[in-house]
Amino acid sequence: MATTPSLDHPMFKLVKDAFPGKTFRGTEFRGESTLIVEPGDLHSVLKFLKTNAACDYNFLSDIAGIDYLNYPAKTLGRFALVYNLICLARNERFFVKTSIDPSLPTDGIVNDPALVVDSVCDLWPGAEWMEREVFDMLGIRFKGHPDLRRILLWEDYPGHPLRKDYPVRGRGERESYRVVDRTSA
Amino acid sequence: MPFTLKPDDALSVDADKASYLQNHVDTGDRWVLNFGPQHPATHTTLRLVLELDGERIARCTPHIGYLHSGFEKLAESLDYNQYVTIVSRMDYLSPIANDIAWHGAVEKLFGIDLTPRCKVLRTIMHEMARIQNHLLCTGAAGLDLNAFTGFIYAFNVREKIYDLVDYISGQRFHPDWTRVGGLMQDIPDDAMFIRLVKDLIDKEVPTAVDELERLLNRNRIFVDRTQGIGVITKQDAIDWSLTGPMARASGVLRDLRKDSPYLCFKDNWDGQGAEAVKFTVVAADEGDARARFLVRMEEIKQSCAIIRQLIDKIPAGPVDSFADSKVVKPNKKDVYGSIEGLIQHFELIMTNRGWTPPVAEVYSAQESANGELGYYLVSDGGPRAWRVKVRPPCFLNYSIMSKITEGHLLSDIVAIIGSINVVAAELDR
Repeated sequence: MATTPSLDHPMFKLVKDAFPGKTFRGTEFRGESTLIVEPGDLHSVLKFLKTNAACDYNFLSDIAGIDYLNYPAKTLGRFALVYNLICLARNERFFVKTSIDPSLPTDGIVNDPALVVDSVCDLWPGAEWMEREVFDMLGIRFKGHPDLRRILLWEDYPGHPLRKDYPVRGRGERESYRVVDRTSA
Repeated sequence: MPFTLKPDDALSVDADKASYLQNHVDTGDRWVLNFGPQHPATHTTLRLVLELDGERIARCTPHIGYLHSGFEKLAESLDYNQYVTIVSRMDYLSPIANDIAWHGAVEKLFGIDLTPRCKVLRTIMHEMARIQNHLLCTGAAGLDLNAFTGFIYAFNVREKIYDLVDYISGQRFHPDWTRVGGLMQDIPDDAMFIRLVKDLIDKEVPTAVDELERLLNRNRIFVDRTQGIGVITKQDAIDWSLTGPMARASGVLRDLRKDSPYLCFKDNWDGQGAEAVKFTVVAADEGDARARFLVRMEEIKQSCAIIRQLIDKIPAGPVDSFADSKVVKPNKKDVYGSIEGLIQHFELIMTNRGWTPPVAEVYSAQESANGELGYYLVSDGGPRAWRVKVRPPCFLNYSIMSKITEGHLLSDIVAIIGSINVVAAELDR
């Protein structure tokens, strides 16, 4: 079923010309083009895509975090972030993806210095909650985020549940949850 | 663990410089109020930590997650049909729209084209779901501001829409109606379905809308409490990734039914040159709670008009896309009555068989009642999704909450929450 992706989206060339010497990859499936960037270039590329008049991707629709542990196909890294951009004027959707690898074991909540990317809250204030969700679910931190706290789980939750090494049934958080009674409250 | 407010430069307000506090005698007596999680006006479970200066809101910090149930994690262990039971429970005000959006994404991954009959039925129910959602939102907007009657007007009709959902799927609230490449079952009887739908769009819904409008549109209390409340500018709506009626009430003309059309919103949907359904994208410039209310009311009428264009020309033929596509579960008559049906059933059900989608990533979004409901679907070629990232419209619409409530009175909170239409089950997933 695999087809060769057609990499003729004009943004590929535009970004490539604007950032000489940087590595970019591209992919396409069902008419959706994804630009794959190095994590270090992420912020500058997104800024270019937002502010350059020819790109004008002024609307950030979503940030999806993905864990590729034991994924059957070849991937560029363990974790990936997909930024879903829309240009409202041209009504066009474009995806920017980046991959990062952890340097420490991922079964806890340790602050891994390798799992950090630049926050885009300065470009889109609406990214604040999206990034908090990615942090909560996958433990990827965002440098420059104004308020990086967990959003869906409580603050001392001992895991990042959307990592693939986190079991569906949890690690007993439900059973061993601290009970607050009248004497200790 | 006791909750402590953390310093937050982006959101904290300088009492000396903030314009809304200029005429206000600052007593220096800030107090903290927990709004929710259990409060009638939060509809389900939302918690706001409000830092108040008298009755003015100096800072509002939303805390969400009280209804978090790991829906995205569950997607990784349920197959493409089973997961529809979970998405139904996200935006429970319009469950059928979630089903349709979810299978829209799956079908985009597989590259399935639906049959014309399926497209028409899905479009009709998609718009019914929008009416259902908007009626609750507008009715509850009245309820929160003490117009209890309006809530009853709206809820009355919602009951009848639930009856219609019950008729086509057998369940009222969580119909789980769609399947990969088709529907759970064809509608039981065309004539009966048409009669039920026409009864709704020609009589029940317009009556309720009319009653609500006469009750609220020029109601002094309602207007005073919603006009100029929770104003979002066009630029803010874009920067904060707002979609749906929230964005359109601020002048962002974006509606996925027009901008990335699907089902019957697309030209040539039946393969024989049928035109896309016609409707107007409703928008306003004010961006306040009242504008959002009015946009929703108008969208109900547009939805009725869309259904009216389709209801008399439901095409004949199968609802499931064709059997050779190897993705549709055959109906039970075929499973028990024919060898091909039995084989096909086993191919999809056996644990070592199942769907074989391409190993790819796909994003598909539809315009649900609250905005862009999208699914980012990562497939590893197996019968289950590797990862499903939901783009819940409520989540992003609600993220602007702390910004737009600053400086308002405590009592305005309910008007703003009502106008955002937060559905906590979708917000927290």
